[in-house]
Parts: sequence; C-alpha cells; structure tokens
Amino acid sequence: PPIAPMAARRSTDEMRDRVVLGEFGVRNVHTTDFPGNYPGYEDAWDQRRFEEAFRVDVIREEEDSLEFDMVGIDAAIANAFRRILLAEVPTMAVEKVFVYNNTSIVQDEILAHRLGLIPIRADPRLFEYRNQGDQEGTEIDTLQFQLKIKCKRNPQAAKESSDPDELYFNHKVYSKHMTWVPLGNQTDLFPDANFRPVHDDILIALLRPGQEIDVLMHCVKGIGKDHAKFSPVATASYRLLPDITLLQPIEDEAAETLQKCFSPGVIEIQNINGKKVARVANARLDTFSREVFRHEGLKNLVRLARVRNHYIFSVESTGILPPDVLVSEAIKILMGKCQRFLSELDSVPME
Amino acid sequence: IQADGTDGNCVTFVLHDEDHTLGNSLRYMVMKNPDVEFCGYCITHPSESKINFRIQTRGSLPAVEPFRKGLNDLMAVCQHVLNTFESSVKEFRAQK
Repeated sequence: PPIAPMAARRSTDEMRDRVVLGEFGVRNVHTTDFPGNYPGYEDAWDQRRFEEAFRVDVIREEEDSLEFDMVGIDAAIANAFRRILLAEVPTMAVEKVFVYNNTSIVQDEILAHRLGLIPIRADPRLFEYRNQGDQEGTEIDTLQFQLKIKCKRNPQAAKESSDPDELYFNHKVYSKHMTWVPLGNQTDLFPDANFRPVHDDILIALLRPGQEIDVLMHCVKGIGKDHAKFSPVATASYRLLPDITLLQPIEDEAAETLQKCFSPGVIEIQNINGKKVARVANARLDTFSREVFRHEGLKNLVRLARVRNHYIFSVESTGILPPDVLVSEAIKILMGKCQRFLSELDSVPME
Repeated sequence: IQADGTDGNCVTFVLHDEDHTLGNSLRYMVMKNPDVEFCGYCITHPSESKINFRIQTRGSLPAVEPFRKGLNDLMAVCQHVLNTFESSVKEFRAQK
C-alpha cells in the first residue's frame, strides 16, 4: 500500500540516520547520505553545517582512561581516529638489548622481548625517529637504560625458612631496577626528566643465588604498525549510541519480562493508573544482547537501533601520555597525512 | 603518489604507505562532493601498503580537483574536531 508522504519521509530519515538491528541481521549499515542519493535532501559537504551539528562531550576522565562522545561525524573518520590511536601514534620502547651477562634461566631473546613490551614514561614528542641503518644511535633519538642485578643468598635467614623473600636478596627482577643512563648531552637537554618505566612493579625475571643479569637497552621511537610494543593505548574502541523504541505501550507482565531482556537501568517500570508501564530510561547503558528477540510476544513491539553518527569512544592509555593528549596527537597525525599528499600534489606536476 | 587515466576526468591515484585509515575517510569526503560521479579505493594486496584511489567526475572537471578538495575538507574537519575536543576537555576539567 502506498505510504503517506510523512511516513515516507520518516522511513527515509530512519534509513539515513539509524542502523537497525533486526532479528537475523543488521540493516542500513552503510552511510548512504551522499549527494544525489536522496532527492530533497542537501547532502553535499558543507563545512558550516558540519560545524553546527558536531559536538564532543567528555563523559568520564580518569588518570589513564577517557570516555567521550563524538556526535555528528561519520564512521569513516571515527574509524580513522581509532586506527591511528592504535597503530600510528608514536611512543618510545626498548628496541635493542645489549646483553653483557645473562646467567638467569630466562633466555636472552625472551628477556629482550619482555623488556621491549615494558612501557617507558618518556614523551615521544621530545625525540626523533632513528635514521634507517643507523646502528649506533644519537642522543636525539635514543634513550639508554641499564639493568644490572645479581641475586645473593641472605646469610641472616632462618635455617628452616622456605620463603624466597627471606632467603635471597634480589631474586625478583622488577622494572624499578632499570636505571636511565644519559647519553651525550641528554642531561642538559632534559634536566628535569626522570625517564623510567611507567610501572615499577612489572616482574621481568626470577633469579636464584649466583645468577646475574647485566644488560644495556636502547629505546627508540616507533609506531604500533611496526610492532605492537609501540602502541600507546591499552585499547581504544568506540560503539554507537543505542536507540530503543517501544512501538506499542507494554504493560504488566510483559513489562517485567522486557525489563529483564535489557541491561539493568535501560528499561524502567512506572506505575500509571495502577498499571505497570514500561519506559525506556537510559538506552545508552544497553549492550544489545538481543534477548528480546527470543520472546515471541515482545519481539515485534520493540525496535532496536543505533544512532549512526553518535560515537561513544573509550580510550585507555598505557600511562605514557594522558589519553586526551593521545587523541589530540591522533587527530594531528591524520592532518599530517592529508598535508603530505597535498604538498605532493602541488610539487609534482600531474601528467 | 602516481596517477594515470585516460582523460582528465577519471584518474586512478596510487597512494604509497597508506591503508584504510586515510583511504576510507578520504573516500567519504570525496563522495560528498556533488561533482564526483564515482569514487572508490582498494588495497591491491594486503602485504603491500599502497592503495588505488579512483575518482571519476561528471562533466569536465579534472579529477585532481575533487581529490585536492577532499584532502582540504578532511584537514578542515580534523582541525575542527581537534578544537572542539580540546575545548570540551578543558570545559569538563573546569567544571569537575
């Protein structure tokens, strides 16, 4: 049957700005609002319209994690930010390990691998990338750390004790035993800096008396694409804002079942005229387990959807840089990429 | 960056050292341009990091123009996002 114009407009609106989760699949996934697709809609890129509609709201900020909303942006760009946060924001990490003495039972390469994964509290913006093929490393691109530790028996331990903490000195090698060795004029370049691993209590190896580890480590600047140890975030992810609509009023027992189908806090039951009526209280909390589709009576009364251009980002940093600095750096890196191609376009004549 | 094409209207750019990060976002910005008839990108082989980015314009506009406009628009978007994000973080901290 032909749908009335208002309803037609509503359904195209829905197609344009909601991603609908059906029982067996997800509909309207791809962005379709390009110029020419919908008659009557102004879809060409307009910076001013974008700026009016766009906003960023910070929801929660803790020492190492940040949760914020980006509204009015498209999936392609939000995903670009996420990918850059994971793989292209540079950090400093141990790359070369010079092993002078390793008599512990941890093999050299395993020890080197573990040392590489330790996050180092050093602002990567103060350093340069190492030149290709440069084996030595200069003071502007390398940080040197030393780990020199030897395990000894404790002569004062009681005879029957079996607690390793009491019997041996230095039997656990922690990241706090790594010391910074300034190279060249680094003491002048960074007078107040105290370069050290982010966490002091990362266990690197276990020793017994007579075993010793003596290594020198070079840290360089790198990006996550090269090796995951350079990734500055523990994780960076986003999800779309959920949007739950009740197509018909749901009452009494059905309301109770409905409330159990969603995460706690999403549906609340109100008492109107003695009857229990369900209402969507806070759709944002829902994790969309689609439990509602398992109930025959309820599945046609609810529409599960996501708002297409509202992204809830969650960035958790490893501690090297605070998460808001990481997001700013990621945005600057995307700008840098565009700038690179723009200048190439201008410099190389197209034939 | 290399380009080749039959006439000025449809050009395939080969962008080196790029992947979905720039490819998808640039494709979105170029698609929003009403002069563009076709825009797409593909990664030729996952082991090589280069993308083929193709733009076809309707009419007689040389294809380099939407490419340049797309890059400029993307930069403007990033700049605005950066400004909004930083002011939003400042506001959040001020009212905490």
